Amino acid sequence: MARKVSNTRKTVVTLAAWSIGFLIFFPILWIIILGFKSEGDAIKTPLQVLFSDWTLQSYHDVQARSNYARHFWNSVILSVGSTMIALAIAIPAAWSMAFVPGKRTKDLLMWMLSTKMMPAVGVLVPMYLLFRDFGLLDSRIGLVGVLTLINLPIVVWMLYTYFKEIPGEILEAARMDGASLRSEILYVLTPMAVPGIASTMLLNIILAWNEAFWTLQLTTSQAAPLTQFIASYSSPEGLFYAKLSAASTMAIAPILILGWFSQKQLVRGLTFGAVK
Amino acid sequence: MGKITLTQVRKSFGEVDVIPGIDLTIDEGEFVVFVGPSGCGKSTLLRLIAGLEDTSGGVISIDGMDATDLPPAKRRLAMVFQSYALYPHMSVRKNIAFPLKMAGMDAAEQEKRVNHAARILNLGNYLDRRPGQLSGGQRQRVAIGRAIVREPAAFLFDEPLSNLDAALRVSMRQEISELHQTLKTTMIYVTHDQVEAMTMADKIVVLNAGRIEQVGSPMELYRNPANLFVAGFIGSPKMNLIEGPEAARHNATTIGIRPEHIDIGGDGPWQGVVGLSEHLGSDTFLKVNAGPLGTLTVRASGEVDIHHGDSIRMTPQVGKLLRFGADGKALK
Repeated sequence: MARKVSNTRKTVVTLAAWSIGFLIFFPILWIIILGFKSEGDAIKTPLQVLFSDWTLQSYHDVQARSNYARHFWNSVILSVGSTMIALAIAIPAAWSMAFVPGKRTKDLLMWMLSTKMMPAVGVLVPMYLLFRDFGLLDSRIGLVGVLTLINLPIVVWMLYTYFKEIPGEILEAARMDGASLRSEILYVLTPMAVPGIASTMLLNIILAWNEAFWTLQLTTSQAAPLTQFIASYSSPEGLFYAKLSAASTMAIAPILILGWFSQKQLVRGLTFGAVK
Repeated sequence: MGKITLTQVRKSFGEVDVIPGIDLTIDEGEFVVFVGPSGCGKSTLLRLIAGLEDTSGGVISIDGMDATDLPPAKRRLAMVFQSYALYPHMSVRKNIAFPLKMAGMDAAEQEKRVNHAARILNLGNYLDRRPGQLSGGQRQRVAIGRAIVREPAAFLFDEPLSNLDAALRVSMRQEISELHQTLKTTMIYVTHDQVEAMTMADKIVVLNAGRIEQVGSPMELYRNPANLFVAGFIGSPKMNLIEGPEAARHNATTIGIRPEHIDIGGDGPWQGVVGLSEHLGSDTFLKVNAGPLGTLTVRASGEVDIHHGDSIRMTPQVGKLLRFGADGKALK
């Protein structure tokens, strides 16, 4: 039976929800606003900023000073590349863990997740030295490898929980129906797992796109993605709020748009299994 | 086609022997029901026959051929699962055609067989729907359709009706029985419901703790249970089992008498007070507190005018009393 909710209560709850939403979104909104101001106006006290002139100057400056397109393509290659490789490794891994679990499967999953609990900076020096000695510094290949590895545990976990929801009897039915392992995966499992694979892929692209520790430490120019592009505006030359904001807006815009269009998939991925 | 022989088939999960060793022959065209309480190993036995579980020992042969190590698809068996296990992303038509597609059959022949199965199972109007748009009974029919089209050597049913409501279960039960009469293919049916076992089977295999307690026709098991377990398990309501001096009087440790084999009235040797009377319309079942004999269930006619608190006398019918020894086995 539906609970009766008074209109006042509805209004209050709605207002509260919008306020919290606004509060969370505020820093992003502020960055977008500052991007359209002159450097002089950008450091004024908040209300003055809102009423000062709007300008595209910072965007012109950013375009003139940096190569946005190169950073953008680097971000695309790093996030999509690392996600694809992670999926290629994680799908069979999650598959075997979900459908042919061994005695140590649970331990293995916990161990994989535990690697995410270690602060990345803890392995910075050995990683840096490895990259230097193998000539991988500032290379896309090296960074794709790192991003693949740091997100792999989450990808395996997400796919594992997703595959666990697929009833084993359906796979057994396919086996009884004469499906080979290949047909079983191709005709029965994959079509059923597509939503889960898609949401895992989207989430991982976003995580890789925003990854800022390794991308800042291990790149300088050639392989530098958009995180490096933003960081270059908080340089020893000083802090340029308007340009930094314009650069940030340009960096987050693509992933924000991707997230917006795929939010249905994403929400399903993040809340999957919450209710049957 | 469809003779299945199990020779000393064993299954253990780690240290636990789920099935310590079973010998069984299932004849061609027979409807065999595996029945037993939860955890007795009946589903495991079916899965061993299907090839979904590996045996720990013994030989499974199908039509005289050793199938112990064959993969499920090569055994020419079709299975209907408890959860139906339909492919949710495929239409009913594609679900039913899936085994044919896997066998590489041409499209025209697939279509012919699917339509034939749909006609037998009254699924003609639902062929383009997805399983999610069907009721439980229709889903079960699709699952059966998927089994039929393969023209298997034998059908395996793993508690196929337990997800259906009571009324539907009765009608599906009859449909499966009729299907068996039409197709005349061997069927192995697993259930914990002894009513299903009694009504459907040519041969019942009663299992307990991974062992076969008795094999026989429904009425054989009903009339002559080999031991106390079968006596208590087959029949609804349960057989009355009486121990103590009354059993000793018949030279047994336990005596058994079915509710319908106790006559009420006259000056019968047993006496008791009615605790509960359940009027089912055609019959009335009385729970009688019979003092040293314990609580007895007695069947009376539907019209009987006996109520809670009435004192009655009862007579066990001559020749219907079963005697069991100290080891639980029936005494001749």
